[in-house]
Amino acid sequence: MPETNGHDGKPASTGAPAGAGNGNGTTGGNGGGKVAAVLAGAKATQARAVEELKETIKAPEKTDVWKSVLRVKHDETPRSRALGVLSNVFLHLHPAKINRDAVAYNYTWGMGGMTFYVYITLVFTGTLLMFYYHPSKIVAFRDILYLESDVPFGKLLRNMHRWGAHLMVIMVELHMFRVFLTGSYKKPREFNWVVGVLLLVLTLLLSFTGYLLPDDQLGFWAVTVGTNMARATPLLGNAGPFGGLLGMTPYNDVRFGLLGGSIVDANALLRAYIWHCVAIPIIASAFMVVHFWRVRKDGGISGPAPVMLESEIKDVKKI
Amino acid sequence: MDLHQLWTIVSLPDNVPIVLLLFVVPFYTWYGMRQAFANDRLIAQLEGDPAMAKTHHRKVQPFKTGWAREVHVWPYLLRIEFLAAIIVTVILMVWSITLNAPLEEPSNPTLTMNPSKAPWYFLGLQEMLVYFDPWIAGVVMPSLIIIGLMVVPYIDTNPLGNGYYTFKQRKFSILTFIFGFIVLWVSMIVIGTLIRGPGWMWFWPGTTWDHNRLIFEVNRDLPDIFGISGRVGKIIFGAIVVGLYFIAAGIGMHKLIVKTPFNRKIYARMSVLQYTVMQVFLIVMLALPVKILVRLLFRIKYIWVTPWFNV
Repeated sequence: MPETNGHDGKPASTGAPAGAGNGNGTTGGNGGGKVAAVLAGAKATQARAVEELKETIKAPEKTDVWKSVLRVKHDETPRSRALGVLSNVFLHLHPAKINRDAVAYNYTWGMGGMTFYVYITLVFTGTLLMFYYHPSKIVAFRDILYLESDVPFGKLLRNMHRWGAHLMVIMVELHMFRVFLTGSYKKPREFNWVVGVLLLVLTLLLSFTGYLLPDDQLGFWAVTVGTNMARATPLLGNAGPFGGLLGMTPYNDVRFGLLGGSIVDANALLRAYIWHCVAIPIIASAFMVVHFWRVRKDGGISGPAPVMLESEIKDVKKI
Repeated sequence: MDLHQLWTIVSLPDNVPIVLLLFVVPFYTWYGMRQAFANDRLIAQLEGDPAMAKTHHRKVQPFKTGWAREVHVWPYLLRIEFLAAIIVTVILMVWSITLNAPLEEPSNPTLTMNPSKAPWYFLGLQEMLVYFDPWIAGVVMPSLIIIGLMVVPYIDTNPLGNGYYTFKQRKFSILTFIFGFIVLWVSMIVIGTLIRGPGWMWFWPGTTWDHNRLIFEVNRDLPDIFGISGRVGKIIFGAIVVGLYFIAAGIGMHKLIVKTPFNRKIYARMSVLQYTVMQVFLIVMLALPVKILVRLLFRIKYIWVTPWFNV
């Protein structure tokens, strides 16, 4: 079995040293002979190393290291092409084969996948931004100034995070538009549409909570305007219908819970930070896992399916 | 014509997404509808020719017998995904290098920004604040939008158009969605971004933002027009008017729902619950443009005035 053993099937121990290996004790005091024997041995070892290296370079896929990483053989067979996708943790959400018309751009617009990719870049840039940011009223704004002027590539990092967030919102909305136009929410994908709507809401919330973090006028007033609406929540807000009757005041209503106070201040900043960097990403990731898993379980991507004709509608069973 | 003012608004970094939206939404609408019409032509052809319908592969995409219906994900899909990732990265990089994220002065609770705008994707809701009280525009309507979207698959009993673009087979649902998404959501965002100026006043594109402009709008409540003054009278009158709207809109919607023979066929498949839920969401959705028109045409602020809430 050449591919499970060493390079050419030769056991490692019977290599070159066999000729020079016994130079140690038998011939005794002859110093010159000893040196020659060691040199010869070294030369043979070198030749073998070169040989092994050549083999490795020629066919790296036959090494044990390669095989241990990739787990399966990768040759030009349909089976190993399929295994290449199925046995890879990052790719295994894909099926081995898909509808030949689905790979064209015009059906899916690629919006779902690109949204996920933008989300990944946002997590990446966001994590780097967290290294330079303190969610505290005293230093938050200065951290942004520092990031923009002193941190290497800090400005680029912040810009990418900002524009990536906008891009993600646009892409999510277009993804929903496409799914609607293709009727992809219909049986059996109804529930995945519901998960998708929740992901849309979470995307908007992610973007909104991030708005406050620079602690500038733009974010401050946007969040003030936004959370002032919570004041008007029916039953739960102090200015909302029936709120006063239920004993809601600015100090115990739903807005107070969102801001951690009655005004947008230090507590609101910390809450926005935690929602933005920890809580919502975790929740959204969980929903994304479900979303992608359901795409597979509900029969993969919805189309382009063969068109159905009006004359082929089957009657529903009436209860 | 104040082009400088227009440029100041359009070139504001945070408004770039809306300018982008102005291009991508019409583009993708055209892109999707083009495929829908292509499919509709095929459907019409197949409906007219049963023999062809039996043998045809039923797609507009080319297909020959002997072609595999499926292709390997590697490389045919993964290479596209990889390419898409590279293109998105390049776009994001170029965008981030050429345009800086906005950063205003440090937050200052004593200095109110005018206009003070929400992030662009919430501007539709902020625009609704002009026509509704905050509890409707900021809480009830957003919740109804979310729930309404969630129930869509459960009230759409039309089995056609599952997994392909089509317009003819799903006229009602597609027009409803386009109305909700493009007419209500996107255009309200565009209005909120490009048109609303200081004091949330209406400034046509190209006019100068006048911070001292005042408009004395004489907004009246509907009961006052009819001379109803008592508190109880107002409550009852408002409830009747709102109820009448619900009935009228419901009847109108019903007429639309059963307008064509095909629509009647789909209607026959609905359960009472499905029909009721659909009606409620359609009526509430229609209430938004109706209220806007009532405000703009008749300068009416509230229709239903009560001590606890106003509609």
